[in-house]
Formats: sequence, structure tokens, C-alpha cells
Amino acid sequence: MNYGRTSSSDLQSKSSNPSEINLAVTALSLQHISKRFGSLIANDDISLTLGRGEVLALLGENGAGKSTLMNILFGHYVADSGSISVFGETLVPGKPQLALARGIGMVHQHFTLADNLSVLDNVMLGAQSLLSLRSQRTAAREQLNDLSQRFGLTVSPDAVVRNLSVGEKQRVEILKALYRGAKILILDEPTSVLTPQEVEQLFGTLRHMVAEGLSVIFISHKLDEVLAISTQIAVLRQGRLVHECAAREATKESLALAMVGRDVKRVQRAETDHTAPKSVALSVRSLALAHESSRVALSNVTFDVAAGEIVAIAGVSGNGQRLLADGLSGLHRVATGQILLNGRAQTMGARAAIDAGVARIPEDRQHVGAVGDLSVWENAMLPRTHEARFSKLSWLNRGGARRYTDALVKQFDVRLSSIEQPIRMLSGGNMQKLILGRELDGAPSVVIAAQPTWGLDVGAVSFVHEQLLNARARGAAIVLISEDLDEVFALADRIAVMCNGRLTTARDATEWSLQSLGLAMAGHSDSQPSKLEAQHAT
Amino acid sequence: MTDFIAMLADADFWVAVLRIATPLIFGTLGVLLCERAGVLNLGIEGIMVFGAFAGWLTVYAGAGLWVGVLAAALAGAAFGALHSLLVVRLPLSQHVAGLGITLLATSLAYYAYRLGFPKVDSPPKIEAFQAMNWLPVPILAEQTPLTLLALVLVPLIAYVLYRTPIGLALRAVGENPHAVESQGIDVIRLRTGAVIAGSALMGVAGAFLTLAAFNSFFFNMVNGRGWICVALVVFASWRPGKALLGALLFAFFDAAQLRLQQSGGGALPYQLYLMLPYLLSIVALVIAARKAAYPQALMQPYVKGAR
Repeated sequence: MNYGRTSSSDLQSKSSNPSEINLAVTALSLQHISKRFGSLIANDDISLTLGRGEVLALLGENGAGKSTLMNILFGHYVADSGSISVFGETLVPGKPQLALARGIGMVHQHFTLADNLSVLDNVMLGAQSLLSLRSQRTAAREQLNDLSQRFGLTVSPDAVVRNLSVGEKQRVEILKALYRGAKILILDEPTSVLTPQEVEQLFGTLRHMVAEGLSVIFISHKLDEVLAISTQIAVLRQGRLVHECAAREATKESLALAMVGRDVKRVQRAETDHTAPKSVALSVRSLALAHESSRVALSNVTFDVAAGEIVAIAGVSGNGQRLLADGLSGLHRVATGQILLNGRAQTMGARAAIDAGVARIPEDRQHVGAVGDLSVWENAMLPRTHEARFSKLSWLNRGGARRYTDALVKQFDVRLSSIEQPIRMLSGGNMQKLILGRELDGAPSVVIAAQPTWGLDVGAVSFVHEQLLNARARGAAIVLISEDLDEVFALADRIAVMCNGRLTTARDATEWSLQSLGLAMAGHSDSQPSKLEAQHAT
Repeated sequence: MTDFIAMLADADFWVAVLRIATPLIFGTLGVLLCERAGVLNLGIEGIMVFGAFAGWLTVYAGAGLWVGVLAAALAGAAFGALHSLLVVRLPLSQHVAGLGITLLATSLAYYAYRLGFPKVDSPPKIEAFQAMNWLPVPILAEQTPLTLLALVLVPLIAYVLYRTPIGLALRAVGENPHAVESQGIDVIRLRTGAVIAGSALMGVAGAFLTLAAFNSFFFNMVNGRGWICVALVVFASWRPGKALLGALLFAFFDAAQLRLQQSGGGALPYQLYLMLPYLLSIVALVIAARKAAYPQALMQPYVKGAR
């Protein structure tokens, strides 16, 4: 790579310093960083270095300590011990403004944008002294246009952030960092919300930045992407740095092993049996649905799910999936069209849906799936409080509910100290196990699983997948709403893609490629899926 | 109907509208600053009472009228500092703390008044602000300088909000404090500053009543104007220009009902006329608030480093 070129195109003239334009410069060095949250050791003696023009991938499961480490670097948290130096100078901990001034830019997993403001306003925020009497909007607009052209980050400066797509919001986040003169860019799980094509575009931008001499830290748990973009890889597990290598020496298998610490058990899905007679358990006909809770409305959604079949609804979230899940669970009155459960028209009401054999694993397990302050056993009986085993004549049968919960906890391997503790104290994986057990109990004929493994670690993910496949084997019709394409391909018999409230035809999973899925997710629904199309980039 | 047209043609009517609107403009701008920063300040009703008292007492003690205004602003700022300590720093419930401030400030003002003036039959008077007869503008010339100050504050605050870096930070911090923090701005200090500045304006809103509208302090003189301001901010969609419009609209209804009470005579119980501005305001609020874009982080406490 030609680093010499960067001296003429240094990002921000006011902070350009000729001594920094140097080949063998260490951009960033973390030394012996440790951080505890109560009894949890989030980071344990981590040391890392990042060179100029390098992409360091920080790999690890959820809860491995990646985000904590980066939040320490950026000054959101203060480390209990250890030190950080940027271009050879020690960084004062706990001060985001100093990290910014030293050229550290961070693109958070949850965007830190003010939705009510324009792109330009968001980019300018904090760049000028708060005591200045006038915003330098004209100059800022020019610089923003210049940056967005140079790095291929197209976005209109006057667009209000509220109206942008997720991909565009991410571009604004990157532009914000570049505008502040970032020389080290931290991207926290940047690809989790993007379509495959948007990921390619992001990688193009990142390669461009590296060629101009910037350094990038790329946080992810997706091995393919890490191998595609990074030069160096560091793997964290349970707060410790367990593996460090150059990207070209790494393989998916070696990284997965380092990440999890043991061989990953892959779920085995029984092949789709095309010969078996199909009885349609769930049939959705020309469904149209709008509700104020959702920005997009469903229009003309049609699909069938047979007993013993998993149909995946793929797509970037926010395209109407939640409305569909709510509609199927009886939470909304259907405007036009029909939902047929085992041939009978569904009636409005969550209770009616539960009684008709619809189980729901909600997208938001913290707030919709559970009542955080209620105990584990109260949550376990929640959908069925009216059944005789849990209540008689409006009196709760607390003993019965506790015995039921004990059995459930054992069967689904929920780790907890007591079923009396509030469910919010449980980890995400354990909470999901309990919800799964509760919903799959009683052999429901239809299961609506919305983002069932979101935010879970690898072990919990394979447990959830196993349970869904068990339900499929038992003859349940399963609607799997997911934006994780690996999950979709691992589980689904048929796949349909939801974009902007519309659903493509559900086709056999084998007829889709990553490319055709990505196109459909971006709204090119008329593109024909073809096996001949190029497979995933890596 | 002809009465109504005659009323609109009468300059005195518009003088009354502007006079009634003045404390509402100050108060609404004050609430607007707090809420743009993401902080609900229900202390306004009490802060106005205390501002009215502090301003009046300062002038009664012999200081100049503008010193009285300054004293009211400082008193408001002090209660703003207390409110931000409770809800921004600690951070406690904004509803409870705000109502607590209202009760505290109101009682404190009444208590101090009773303590200082135990046996007065009629409230002691001061020499209040005079109309600006020297101004060549018709209706404005009948107003006191405080009304002019309120009218100047509207574009001034709009300029600060929309044309300066600190205004940008203020609009952002009420929407998403994490956006502000991640750009290296201290959320706590920014919010505290906004609440103190907004509360100072609330103090001045109260002082207008004792130093310009009337010339003495008496009980129940604020009489719910603070609550009106809280509603007007929603009507205004948190914009200074619309806040002025809202204050004028309410003042218009209020001045009109006063006229109707006099001209309409005893046809209806006077309480019905008193209700009128509030009823019409509720209707206006219902229409305007349907598409009100609340600051998304309003009433959301920010704790640095929280996960």
C-alpha cells in the first residue's frame, strides 16, 4: 500500500502533524486493561496494538468484553487498571472529548444520532466550541460533501435522520467520525443491521480508508466478515484475550474454536421431505395491516406454513416483521385478508390465538416476552393463567405454578438461583430458554418465532435451534422471523423475504443464494433467485 | 357579531392581549428550554410565585425595578439549580421533583410574605414599570419594557437554538443524550445549564405580574399560568415562534372572555366565561398535539457509563 499518498490527503488539516505521517507508527496501544462490573470481570489484563493502516478485528461472543474494551478506549467507561496510548501519547481515561481530539472515532452498535436533526446537524454536533456565537454551517456542509464523495458515503446533508434507512444512518455515523478527524475508527458490530450488499459497500469504504492511512478496529462475531476485511485478528473470551493472529493465517475453524473454547456443535436439520402429504396449519391470505406502532404497513402478504415445516421470513428488521408477528398472534384486528389456523379463520385477541394453538416467541424478550419484575414462576404461567392447573375460581394456584416452573426449568436447562427471583435477573439466554419452554409446552400447532436468537451466545443459539427443530419434527408449523441469514439457511425449509411491508413468494431454501436474498431484502423482489449466482464473497 | 368586530377594532383590546400574553411568553420559553434539553420542569408554577414575590420584595426594599427583575431571575435560577440537582444529577422522578419544587417555592413565598407583613389589610404597593409612551409603535407603546423584553427574547432564543453550537447541542440532548455524550459534550452540565436558564425565565414571568401587570404581591396571583405554559409548549411543538403564537392565542381568548363578561352581562354565569379560554385552549391543543414531535429523551434520565 502506498502510504506516502496519505500525506497529501490527510483528513483534517488542523490536526495534521508531519511526524505522524510515518510508516512504522503504532496508532494505538492498549496495555493491561482490566475492568470489573460488580462480580463480573468484563476485561482481564488485555493488551493490544494497532498499526497505521491496519484493520484489527476484535472477535468474541456476546459478553466476551469487546464492547466494554472499546467503551474504555473511547472514554465512556474508566478502566480499573491499565493504560492506553494513541500515537505514542498516553490518553487520559474517561473523557470522550479527549479521545475524539486524539483522533479516535467510534461507530456504536446502537447509533448515537439525534433523530430530530438533519444529517448536517448531527455531523456538526460538538465539533465547534459551545461558546461560539454562530454555527459554521456553510463550511461544514462543504467539508461533509467532500468527505462523503471521497469515501463513497452518499447521504443528503439536509435529510432528517429520522427518515433515513439503517444503512444510511450508519454512513452518517462514519461521516461524523471522519468529520471530527478520526484516524482510528472503531466499528462496533457494524454489519448486524445491513443487507449483504450494504456490507460489501461498507467494506469498500473501509478499504478506502485504510488505503488513506487510517486504522480500523472492527468488532464482530461473524467469522466470514472478519476474515474478509481484517489484517489482524484478536479473539476475546470471557474478558480475556485468548488468541491473536494475522488474518491470512486464520481459518474459520481456528477462530470459532478460539471464540467458544470448544468445538461448536452444529445443529442438524432433517432434509425437507417433499413426498410427505402436507396439511396446511397456517395460511395467510392477502393480509393487509397497519398500526401506529409500525412505520410500515403490511400489504398483500400471502404465505402458507405446513405442519412440520419451518418457513423463514428473512429481511432487515423494521420492514413490518413485528406487525406480522403481532397480527399472527391475534394482537391486531386484520384490515383485509385472512389468517386461517388449521382451516379456521383466526379471531382477534391474544387469548383466542393462544387457545387456538399459536405459540409466540416475541422479538423483544425483555419487554414483550416477560414482565421483568415478576418472578420466574409468575412469568412461566403467564400465557395460561386461566387454565385449571394455574387457577381455580380466579384464585391463583401458586403451588401448581411453582411445580410446573420447576419442571420447565429442569427440562429446558434454565440456569437460575431460584424461581422466586425476578426474571430480569436472568441472562438473555436463560430468559429465552424459559420463554421457549413456556411457549412450546402443550404442543402448539403454530409457532411464531421472532428473532429467537438475537443477542444470545453460541451455546444458547444452538439450544434454541435444536428446540425449534424438535418442534418441527413433532409437526408444528413454524414461522421463523429472522435477520440472521446463517440462521435462516440453517433452519428453514422455505424462505420468503419481507421488505417494506411486502412479502416475496416463499421458495424452497435451496433456491435462494445469499445474493438473491440480499437483493430481495433491499426490495428488488422481482429478481429471480438462482443457484448459479455467485455464493457469498468468502 | 358586531360587538365582536368592534372588539377586534379596539386598540385597547389588543393592548390587553399583549399584556396577558407577556408572562406566558416568558414562562413558555422557560419550559421550552428545559424540555428541549429533556427535562420536565413542573416547578414553573411555584417558581413564578417566588419570582413574583422576590421581584416585588426587592423593589419594595428600595432597589430599582430592573434589579427586581434580576432578583426574580436569580431566584428562578436557584430553584432551577435545585431541580436539576434532583432530576439531572441524582436523577429522581421529574414529575415528583417538579411538583415538590412548586409546593416548596409557593409555600416559601407565602410564608416569607406573612412573616414580613403580618398585619396588612391591603397589599403594600410599589411604583411599577410604566408604559413606553415614547415608542412610536401604537399598541406596543401602551406596554411596559418587560413586554418588549419578552418579544425580543423570542427571536433571540430561536437564534440560539437553531444557529449556534450550544443550541444544536441542546436540541440533540433532549432527543438522544448518547449522541451528545459521544461527541464529547457533558450531558449533565448541558442539561443543568438549560434548566437553570429556563427557570430564570420562569422567575421573570412571575416578576412581570408584580412589577408590571399589578403593583403589589398577593396570594394566588399566578393562578395556574405556569400550567398553561407547560401546555403551550406542546402546542408550540417546542418552537419559540410557535410558543409566541400560542401565548398570544390564549391571551386573545382570555381578553375576549373578559370583554364578553362585561358586554354579555348577566345572561350566563360568569364562571362559563372564565372557562372559555381554557376550553378553547384544550381544543387548540388537541388539534396541534396530534402531530407533536416530543423530544424523544424527555423525562429520560441520563446516567453516564450505565449499560
